[in-house]
Amino acid sequence: MFPATSVIFFTTASGAGYGLIAALGVFAALGLVAPGLGLGLFGFVLAFGLITAGLLSSTFHLGHPERAWRAVSQWRSSWLSREGVMALVTYVPAGLFALVFTFGPWLPEGQGALRPLGLLSALAAALTVFSTGMIYRVLKPIHQWANGWVVPSYLALAAMTGLMLLDLALAVFARPSQVVATTTLIAIALAAALKAGYWRFIRTSRAASTAETATGLGRFGRVRLLEAPHTEENYLLKEMGFKIARRHAEKLRRIAALAGFILPFVFTLTTLVRPAFGLLPAVLAVLSAGLGVAVERWLFFAEAKHTVMLYYGATSA
Amino acid sequence: MTSLPQGPTTKKLGLVIDLDTCVGCHACAVNCKEWNTGGHSAPLTDFNPYGAETAGVWFNRIHSFEAGEGENCRTVNFPKSCLHCETPACVTVCPTGASYKREEDGIVLVDADLCIGCKLCSWACPYGAREFDESDGVMKKCTLCIDRIYNENLPEQERVPACVATCPASARHFGDLGDPASAVSRLVAERGGFDLLPELGYKPVNKYLPPRPRRDQPGATGAPAALAALSPAQDSPSGFLGWVDRLLSR
Ligand code: SF4
Ligand code: SF4
Ligand code: SF4
Repeated sequence: MFPATSVIFFTTASGAGYGLIAALGVFAALGLVAPGLGLGLFGFVLAFGLITAGLLSSTFHLGHPERAWRAVSQWRSSWLSREGVMALVTYVPAGLFALVFTFGPWLPEGQGALRPLGLLSALAAALTVFSTGMIYRVLKPIHQWANGWVVPSYLALAAMTGLMLLDLALAVFARPSQVVATTTLIAIALAAALKAGYWRFIRTSRAASTAETATGLGRFGRVRLLEAPHTEENYLLKEMGFKIARRHAEKLRRIAALAGFILPFVFTLTTLVRPAFGLLPAVLAVLSAGLGVAVERWLFFAEAKHTVMLYYGATSA
Repeated sequence: MTSLPQGPTTKKLGLVIDLDTCVGCHACAVNCKEWNTGGHSAPLTDFNPYGAETAGVWFNRIHSFEAGEGENCRTVNFPKSCLHCETPACVTVCPTGASYKREEDGIVLVDADLCIGCKLCSWACPYGAREFDESDGVMKKCTLCIDRIYNENLPEQERVPACVATCPASARHFGDLGDPASAVSRLVAERGGFDLLPELGYKPVNKYLPPRPRRDQPGATGAPAALAALSPAQDSPSGFLGWVDRLLSR
């Protein structure tokens, strides 16, 4: 599948933003991260900035961006619609939570609401990322997407990047938290394990569909394309015929693993065992993970093969 | 509304495509383009039509495949347009309600006024039946020639899809596949019509008829058995004729 920059940016940035909101929500509700003006402003501007920039960028690849609002209408059947609804809904508890968290001293009557609002925001953020994953999960023509690894990977990567942003925010205000950093390490390990599982799955499994089932001509033996229907590229070939050499994919996987998981793990561990290094390891962890997850997301598209290519000479889907 | 009609639609209009008789002439694709560029989803935009890297929107494409090996290898021309599936994910994934399946006849259509051009439906279609029109910014697809089959301005015999009307080999048939007594349903039953990608569960309404068995054995010409008795030199002759036969067969 063609890796569209706007969608890669959207899922990476908004994933991290929702992860940060969920992390703030859960840790504040548990009383493990104390609310405050500086942390609140920094954290929520970052989170809402990433989410909103991502959502806006996702509308750029639409044929009619001005009609984007129509996309919230079909939540009964469409995961894309549900994602849109959840993205909008999340702004409500998360916005209130941000107010109570940030301006607590000026809103004394709101303090009782901090915990429920935090948990509610975390739940809404998780449901939004879940819906994003489900958009891909339900697309049966794409074997590399329609499998059980996809949704957990989306959730784990969002949690992991969000937690790293929280580590960074805490470091900025010189309030590093061992609990948050430890949770981050666990999340990184979990996300890396899920991604490794996903990569093994797509390497070792095959789509049920073949050129034989696509044409129904398997009764005569092996099926291969003799002549394509057209000599030039069409929409289908541009959108779904994107191919990446296995050699390049393997190199990129190594980059994704190194920048996305290994280095952030090392940097986060450094913040934990060498607090004297201050802000630097937390910044490096975020930058490295940002690059790594963007590469991972690029590969998620580039390595996905669509069944329609079986009609254009692909030997497997 | 992108939820599917409750329960199967009773009427299932669709096509039956005969892979035995299709000669791969692309006439149906051309006539589809011709009719539909002025039809329900008009225009079927062409980009750079007279230059290099021509591209454009088509609803019907003719592939050609080889199947099998050696002397048993078959060349099969393979037209493909929307199969108007009974459980099409192209409809249910649509976030806007632009894609829909009609309750009354099962035809799958796009409402160009609602479509935001997110392309998700084209990802959800395993058959490659949807093509995005860059210039209109909306998704387009085969309409089953909705503007011909119900068009009372056309003489009755012309109220069939453009591709069906034009096929010189009568390889495309149009009708109600929900009615077991219809001509198309009987054709499917007689010829063993099949589904494409049945394992994905989209339940396509359009059916494909397999190529007929090859007639590559002598004698399978359908001639009455009695004619065989008249055939000369059935057995090797003896005597003088046998000598001549052996001489000539050297
Ligand atoms: S062939 Fe594709 S576009 Fe047509 S109904 Fe089936 S899934 Fe939808
Ligand atoms: S491209 Fe249009 S018809 Fe297709 S899913 Fe998006 S809004 Fe619906
Ligand atoms: S039914 Fe009409 S729109 Fe569909 S392929 Fe045939 S000519 Fe084209």
